[in-house]
Amino acid sequence: MLDLTPKEQSERSALRINPIKTCQPVGAMYAALGVHACMPHSHGSQGCCSFHRMFLTRHFKDPAIASSSSFTEGASVFGGGANLKTAIKNIFDIYDPEIIAVHTTCLSETIGDDLVGYINDAKIPEGKIVVHTNTPSYVGSHITGYYNMITGFIKYLAEATGEKNNKLALFPGFVNPGDMREMKRLMTIMGVEYIMLPDTSGVMDAPMTGSYNMYPKGGTTVSDIKDLGNCELTLALGELTSEFPANFLEKKCKVPYKTLPLPIGVENTDAFVMALNHFSKNEVPYEIEEERGQLMDILLDSHQYTYNKSVAIYGDPDTVLGMAEITMEMGMIPKYLVTGTPGKIFEEKAKILFDKFGIEGCVAKSAADLFELHQWIKNDSVDLLIGGTHGKYVARAEDIPLVRVGFPIIDRYVHSYLPIVGYKGAIRLAELILNALMDRQDRDCEDEDMEMVM
Amino acid sequence: MDSREKILDKYSSKVYKNRKEHVITIEEGEPNVIQADTRAIPGIMTNRGCCYAGCKGVVLSPLKDVAIITHGPIGCGYYTWGTRRHKAKGDENTQSFGEYCFSTDMQETDIVFGGEKKLKKAIKEVVEIFKPNCIMICSTCPVGLIGDDIHAVAAEAEELYGIKILAFSCEGYKGVSQSGGHHIANNGLMRSVIGTGDAEPMKYSVNLLGEYNIGGDGWETERVLKRIGYNVVSVMTGDGSYAELKNAHTADLNLVQCHRSINYIAEMMKTKYGIDWIKVNFIGLDGIKKSLRDMALFFNDPDLIARTEAVIADEEEEIAEGMAHYKTRLEGKTAAIYVGGSRTHHYINLLKTLGVEVVLAGYEFGHRDDYEGRDVLPSIKRDADSKNVESITVEKDPENFKSILTPERLEELNNAGVHLEEYNGLWSDINDNTVVTDDYNHFETEEFLKLLKPDIFFSGIKDKFLIQKSGVPSRQLHSYDYAGPYAGFRGALNFAKDITMAIYTPAWNLVEAPWKNTPTLEGSLGGTE
Repeated sequence: MLDLTPKEQSERSALRINPIKTCQPVGAMYAALGVHACMPHSHGSQGCCSFHRMFLTRHFKDPAIASSSSFTEGASVFGGGANLKTAIKNIFDIYDPEIIAVHTTCLSETIGDDLVGYINDAKIPEGKIVVHTNTPSYVGSHITGYYNMITGFIKYLAEATGEKNNKLALFPGFVNPGDMREMKRLMTIMGVEYIMLPDTSGVMDAPMTGSYNMYPKGGTTVSDIKDLGNCELTLALGELTSEFPANFLEKKCKVPYKTLPLPIGVENTDAFVMALNHFSKNEVPYEIEEERGQLMDILLDSHQYTYNKSVAIYGDPDTVLGMAEITMEMGMIPKYLVTGTPGKIFEEKAKILFDKFGIEGCVAKSAADLFELHQWIKNDSVDLLIGGTHGKYVARAEDIPLVRVGFPIIDRYVHSYLPIVGYKGAIRLAELILNALMDRQDRDCEDEDMEMVM
Repeated sequence: MDSREKILDKYSSKVYKNRKEHVITIEEGEPNVIQADTRAIPGIMTNRGCCYAGCKGVVLSPLKDVAIITHGPIGCGYYTWGTRRHKAKGDENTQSFGEYCFSTDMQETDIVFGGEKKLKKAIKEVVEIFKPNCIMICSTCPVGLIGDDIHAVAAEAEELYGIKILAFSCEGYKGVSQSGGHHIANNGLMRSVIGTGDAEPMKYSVNLLGEYNIGGDGWETERVLKRIGYNVVSVMTGDGSYAELKNAHTADLNLVQCHRSINYIAEMMKTKYGIDWIKVNFIGLDGIKKSLRDMALFFNDPDLIARTEAVIADEEEEIAEGMAHYKTRLEGKTAAIYVGGSRTHHYINLLKTLGVEVVLAGYEFGHRDDYEGRDVLPSIKRDADSKNVESITVEKDPENFKSILTPERLEELNNAGVHLEEYNGLWSDINDNTVVTDDYNHFETEEFLKLLKPDIFFSGIKDKFLIQKSGVPSRQLHSYDYAGPYAGFRGALNFAKDITMAIYTPAWNLVEAPWKNTPTLEGSLGGTE
């Protein structure tokens, strides 16, 4: 397994090996799937659309719908205007969504297609909407595409009518439907009225009923997106993912915003709950205190199995930072934190976390890849890996247990239904991490050291 | 209105005009004509992929000892990393790059100022870290648009590093589907790899073409071939390698499994080296037996013929009881099957053997010859899109050309039903009244599910869950749902077991909640007590 990876590191400036990021459009597609009755549309060659649908389907084990402008060489030379026009007509004719969310690809970006012009010229049926965002694949990562699409919805739809709706705008970050459900549950318990964009719960975790519905019940409604402009405050969860649209909404509609880390772990969830408390002025109900208390009980009961264990965490920037927080709360040492998404701010934020816990000797790197992480591990190993599916090769090569967290997880089931955020999510993470480490102890120990009680 | 008309009727006139040629009902005795390999309509949710997917993803990726660098932004390389299940195994003499994804991860500055410099640097880094024997470069959409000359970069690097370096201009927008990419990959392998080796010819030697070793299919096929006594020179390209492929020209016979993706190489090798090809099918018992017997007749060795019969008898005996059991569970079921450009045909007879009738079939990116047979080839006109995919011609190689068969032997073979260089397409095995849909889309899938209500639906990941959510079991026939192999005798049994499981898994009986058909209020009707 990964036998060709040498221990000796060499300088690489052009070659990416085993990436921890993918391209913008898939993030845009995921964001658009979190809008009710929305057809994500990929303006480019149909291969992009196919790859992205395939990839999202593999992660969620649920249909990911999207259409394509199906460029051929002709469109690539003469521009994709005619293709988009035909596509818009066909999509409304055949699939009848309420809204089409167009994102671009490296193809249409390189030829400089004018999406604003195309959409203005398109025949859009009465009451239907077409929005777009630019998602050049050669800039940023899928995270960039995700927040660009959210921003695109806001740009086209959000408006400040002058009358506040007393609601909280919530940008949940690049998370699973299970996480979005948990955020909504916490807001409901806290008595906070909210508009969350996007909301893939009820779409990418839609139930099996025996009859397929192309547009399941979930998703942020168009009227709610419009109403975002009337919110009192925006909470942007995951600064590296959600600040961009929050900032845009502030500029466009004067909705102030506050950024918080993804609510992964005790203190990050505390910050979220406190922010909700501050917003609603409602006291934190016992229900939430009880969950928090259970989490603390678990962390204290089990600390001896996690304390001083070293861990390498890879994935999307805000998820990795959140996981770093909870692992440190469990007494672990997050020796390597890596994300494929570019942006030095990731490294700065990691440094602040290391300092906060007084931990030294850990490394954080953005625009990194799994090949590099593997080489670090070959030189100085860790007790645990945390991240998506692609790390399973490293886990096997180096015989390190892997806890699957984040995106993408294309080789396991159920993960997208359950949260990693909130106190409940932290309890789940604690169980996953403890089981991985303790199963490992059971597997590796001598017969005479096998513990019946642990 | 039949089901075909009911569906087409819902389209606007423009879409109707296009789709009516792609959706047909097979009629008895008629020359059934279908339109295929034409552009997908923008906005229609086609299942097709792109040229890059066909070239890099399908044909080249399985070559284990080749470091393939995707030249482009990160996505394309990322999506084709480890996702196709073309199993491969290296050894101490063979590097295996299957676990690696190499990309130039182009950034905005590369798009603006050109990406050749970065590509050169990336090649240098691959050479320094991995020291491969062969590198292949695959371009993605923007590369063609900005005009990077990847072929010049490859030639220069080949000279510089003294290893084989090939470039493939397989930008996603070329052609109308993956199919264009297969052709581009075939051209490159034919032009620069096949025939460059100097291995000694072997007895009873064959190449296995269009076998990608999904789920280990190629290994299972090779196991049976070796049992009989064949020497497999190269597999194109499942668990294949640059090292083996170089010597492919030394084989006596080419076996073509996936006609769509590899027929170009088969044809060119016939012209250049005189190597005959036969269309084989190692999926399903009828196909395997006919393929093995055709091969034995080709070589015309009594011992080989006898061993073929002995192996067939033995392998069939091994699975007979299991197959009979699963047939009792599957008899009378109906199926829909939509895969690729050859696979649909491959599974029809296996399904028949299990008592399953195919009511709906089609290809995602097949050409007319994959449906109607190669006789139709001269009448297919090249259009603007197919002209954008390079078609190369080769010359006879006098040094390596061989003619194994005399005209008399050729006639004997023909009379015995062994037809060289021939493929009769899907039509040769399909029942009348089957609905056939080319480049099927999301809407048609949904509608056909409602109208034809198949018991099981074979297709790919993008529509798998829409099918299951409609209440119909679905199995992926691109990836075998991470199971397999399905080729060979043992593979047939695996397949039978897996589809029985898909249909009979207990959860199907639990989908409806009990309160949906039980009254909430309990009690008796007024006055009846």
